[in-house]
Amino acid sequence: MAADPRFIRDFREAPDERPFGTRSEIITGPVSDWASDFSHTEPEWSADPYPIMDDLRERCPIARTERFGGGWLPTRFEDVAAIAYDTERFSSRAIIMSNFRPPRELAPVGGSPPISSDPPFHRDARKLLLPAFTKAAVSRQEPATRAFCHALIDDFAGQTVVDAAQDYAQHIPMRVIAAMLGFPPEDGPRFREFVENTLEGVNLPPEERMARMSALFDYLLDQIHDHLDHPRDDLTSFLVNAELYGHKLDAGHVAGTMALLLIAGIDTTWSAIGSSLWHLARTPADRERLVADPGLMRTAIEEFLRAYAPVTMARLVKQDMRWRGADMRADDWILLSFPAANRDPAQFDRADEVVIDREVNRHAAFGLGIHRCVGSHLARMELRVALEVWLERVPEFTLADPVAVTWSAGQIRGPRTLPLRIG
Amino acid sequence: MLPDGKNTVDVEIDPGRCQGHGRCYDLVPELFGEDEEGYGRVLSGGPVPPDQEAGARRAVLNCPERAIATQP
Repeated sequence: MAADPRFIRDFREAPDERPFGTRSEIITGPVSDWASDFSHTEPEWSADPYPIMDDLRERCPIARTERFGGGWLPTRFEDVAAIAYDTERFSSRAIIMSNFRPPRELAPVGGSPPISSDPPFHRDARKLLLPAFTKAAVSRQEPATRAFCHALIDDFAGQTVVDAAQDYAQHIPMRVIAAMLGFPPEDGPRFREFVENTLEGVNLPPEERMARMSALFDYLLDQIHDHLDHPRDDLTSFLVNAELYGHKLDAGHVAGTMALLLIAGIDTTWSAIGSSLWHLARTPADRERLVADPGLMRTAIEEFLRAYAPVTMARLVKQDMRWRGADMRADDWILLSFPAANRDPAQFDRADEVVIDREVNRHAAFGLGIHRCVGSHLARMELRVALEVWLERVPEFTLADPVAVTWSAGQIRGPRTLPLRIG
Repeated sequence: MLPDGKNTVDVEIDPGRCQGHGRCYDLVPELFGEDEEGYGRVLSGGPVPPDQEAGARRAVLNCPERAIATQP
């Protein structure tokens, strides 16, 4: 078939007159005062951010840092919600708080639409994706997801201690999103590299960070070419053929959205499954209750999502302004912590407790406003199936070695090593 | 029958606020469903019998966007 001119050349080498973004000094090391020097990339935050959030909520409640070129961390639900809703004053053109700010001209599209997009473009880019991610659409992935979870547990045979993060949780979203995008299932380990590079490499030197991002886009371009040669019924072929405003999407939009679906679809759900199993391993009463009464699963899942919300987003301040007592400057970061919002006692009764039959739970784990996680129905299905199969097959388990548990660093938080004793 | 003579409760989803979280149709599938883009809709088009008001209230109390309202 005729080559698609959009993808003949590497789109990144296309004549590009876009201005470069700005880089800030990389500052790492122990935090002096969380109210004025916060960093979500330090080990103390990864290990247990909740006491820090609670402390900041009481005494700030919007913390400041000079790291990453300057940024703010709101910790109250109402402040997080207000910023999520205020797309006039807070831009999504960058959503990973790092030492690089993309140029303002990148708005309203951003590098990975629609998560990086602002109105009005955002609505149209998002609308393209919505039908593929409805609850009804993602339910078609459920039988294969369930079978895959069983196969992972079959592989535990003969072991008394397994790593629930590495041997179970991480594989589930990798397999599901690979199937939806039409990527080879055996490429899973490569996805893990891409995820870590994007989300955990924020303090790497810029050249190294760019080289690593290049590896991701090389891979995506290979997949696009494979789908051009062999079109099939999956999200990659859909994006290659999709039209907006009467034209097919440009190459950067296609690859950027594929990158978003791949990256955002893996780390997040992996984290949610792992955190839920971590909680159940150390809370026998909740584990026994859920095994005895699977009807509690729906409220339990929402409570795990509230209490251990894996995702924090970022925004960039559009213009200098005083906002709820904070002197914000244009291009300051906002670290938009849905986990902190979800632990605010002004919004939730018993905010610091995990209540698996919580009746009123307006949590913000999937965000609020126009950027509500487009994959939320997929994530919920994967989390529910992963926990249902685990509890059915492994009803009794404990933390094998609590100090051996490790947590990811950065904006997506979940266990990355989780040794559980299962026999 | 309710005191004012009506025998239904009106349930409304504000399309300007609904973002398709789907908490309503997850929790109360007998009253709520999703449209082709995942936004919530009231299956009956609005009126629900008073004996299902508890389900409607449950959806109201769990909508992250506060997009659902009930009116007797």
